[in-house]
Amino acid sequence: MDNVIRRRTPGARMLRAGLYALLMVMALVYLLPLVVMLLTSLKPLEEIRAGGLLSLPDSLTFAAWLKAWGSACTGTRCEGLSGYFMNSVSIVVPAVAISTLMGALNGYALTKWRFRGANLCFALLLFGCFIPFQVVLMPMAQTLGWLGLASSTSGLVLVHVVYGIAFTTLFFRNYYVSIPDEMIAAAKLDGAGFFRIFWRILLPISGPIITVSVIWQFTQIWNDFLFGVAFAGFGSQPVTVALNNLVNTSTGVKEYNVDMAGALIAALPTLVVYVVAGKYFVRGLTAGSVKG
Amino acid sequence: MSALNILHVDKTFGNTQVLKDISLAIESGEFLILVGPSGCGKSTLMNAIAGLEPVTSGDIQIGGEDVTWRTPAERDIAMVFQSYALYPSMNVRQNIAFGLEMRKMPKAQREEAVARVADLLQITPLLDRKPSQLSGGQRQRVAMGRALAREPQIYLFDEPLSNLDAKLRVEMRTEIKKLHQRLGTTIVYVTHDQIEAMTLADRIAVMRDGEILQLGTPDEVYNDPVDMFVAGFMGSPSMNFIPVTLVSRDDGYVLRVLDEQDPTGAPLELPWPPAREAQALHEWVGERLILGVRPEHFVEDETRMETSFDGTRLDVMATVVEPTGADILLQATLSGTEVTMRLGPKSQVAAGERVALRVDMSRAVLFETTNQRRVA
Ligand SMILES: Nc1ncnc2c1ncn2[C@@H]1O[C@H](COP(=O)(O)OP(=O)(O)OP(=O)(O)O)[C@@H](O)[C@H]1O
Ligand SMILES: [Mg+2]
Repeated sequence: MDNVIRRRTPGARMLRAGLYALLMVMALVYLLPLVVMLLTSLKPLEEIRAGGLLSLPDSLTFAAWLKAWGSACTGTRCEGLSGYFMNSVSIVVPAVAISTLMGALNGYALTKWRFRGANLCFALLLFGCFIPFQVVLMPMAQTLGWLGLASSTSGLVLVHVVYGIAFTTLFFRNYYVSIPDEMIAAAKLDGAGFFRIFWRILLPISGPIITVSVIWQFTQIWNDFLFGVAFAGFGSQPVTVALNNLVNTSTGVKEYNVDMAGALIAALPTLVVYVVAGKYFVRGLTAGSVKG
Repeated sequence: MSALNILHVDKTFGNTQVLKDISLAIESGEFLILVGPSGCGKSTLMNAIAGLEPVTSGDIQIGGEDVTWRTPAERDIAMVFQSYALYPSMNVRQNIAFGLEMRKMPKAQREEAVARVADLLQITPLLDRKPSQLSGGQRQRVAMGRALAREPQIYLFDEPLSNLDAKLRVEMRTEIKKLHQRLGTTIVYVTHDQIEAMTLADRIAVMRDGEILQLGTPDEVYNDPVDMFVAGFMGSPSMNFIPVTLVSRDDGYVLRVLDEQDPTGAPLELPWPPAREAQALHEWVGERLILGVRPEHFVEDETRMETSFDGTRLDVMATVVEPTGADILLQATLSGTEVTMRLGPKSQVAAGERVALRVDMSRAVLFETTNQRRVA
């Protein structure tokens, strides 16, 4: 039930009905591509050719999903997306964990162990949030080459960590700034040092902002295409790059159902994360100071 | 040997000097209270003692050892904060034990210590609760428990009771006093509360603008203030300041109260008690001075018989009458100056009436007008 007193004249009601109709149409427009993708991925190829983009499948089949997962051709190899999906996982998990942890440490140092130049440091870090990916491609490729990490999973993890730290630091700094300094002072007097205070006092109350950072980083890194296509080797390409190859592989007939299934597979993790943890994301973004 | 020795400590933040050449020595077992207006540097001094802020110059010694450059952890100090600063993720037991754990005390001993302070502060039933499940008063106790468990050399309290309601504040005040008497701990305590300062302190340090103006027993600071600031700051309602001129007569000195509004009328004259004729007073004959009289040094004339002092008679017009329950505060105009007086609860004075009063000049004080120093 909504909680607003509004005018009840016929004109006002008409206006509301119109408003709802408009909202519904807009929602439909937004959802339609997803619906088409889902329907197409569940149809056999003949049925798609027969037309009827929006018609429900006559014969429901998961063959396209299985093929996209296990045997579709991405370029010269025909092993489906599964391997690349795993590549993505092995990039995303360490990259998210490391960038979140480093963001937390940065935010902690910037707010609770204020050193000369801390503000400048933070301002420079913030620049990182505004640098477009394309700008760093060349220097990054060179750096990875020097480090001997070119075309490797670790190289990609490093790139994503470096790029993500700007954001995670921003999140954690803004969260920790609202935590009273006296709490840290009390811990110092109790005899705890820099890391002890971090592990024992601060991290246990950082749940909301860790959630935000993890969701944000997960989505960013999982959906990344540019770094993946630029820096990954054959064995370390993420699922987004593989999806591109799958769709662009030009041998034989165009299998729309497999393409759609592949796209859904690639998008599923971020969808799941948002559905499962979305409300914590919003809650974490608005979380104020932790009351003692 | 002094438990805490502060030697010529200066502290600057950017261009502002917040502490100016502070020197203090606190004996072991002493209860020192810091008072002063907001922003005068009390918390900064506490943080310097605790090692949370480095000093710009000067030395700090604890138990005879120089600790100026030691970390807070190395100083053996516990601090109770205004906001309590409990660790939200830990329960009360863990909060109290954390400092002991950091100091590598074995588990069995830790539990013993927690049980001891929990018993002392009557928080045993709360040990398994999180801070968010406690009331303000209970949090305050836990914060004290956390300090007490470690048995440090020095306790620092920065306005520990100011977030409590009036009744609880009085209770905790008594409790802190009892704890101090029982445990003989060395305490430095910041407060804004006059009564807290007067009742708890062995000595009071009155600060202003980063300087200690006066350091003395509550009695000294209250009855023998060094200047007008200290006199006005201690005591509530504060001391009345009345502009006067010192006049010399054959039978002693007289203070002529100046009436700006009515310069032609016969001026009110208050005799300066002969017993208090300071040597230097003759230098000030004919000069303008400020007379300081506390509200409780006035007594209604009818009640004169009940009290021991033989004051000087006054006749004033009551403007505002404020009963506080225990006594009655009376605002009146004394030769053009607004004056507050504390009368007994039985007084029948009403606003707009004339009242006959006596003032106890033997406890009055005199200040210079220019630099507000004490004259007599
Ligand atoms: N980190 C800081 N940087 C700059 N100035 C500061 C800093 N900390 C305190 N100050 C200044 O130092 C002065 C003294 O502050 P302090 O907190 O010691 O006052 P206080 O006596 O404890 O006041 P209150 O009674 O309000 O708690 C204030 O003018 C304050 O603005
Ligand atoms: Mg303060």
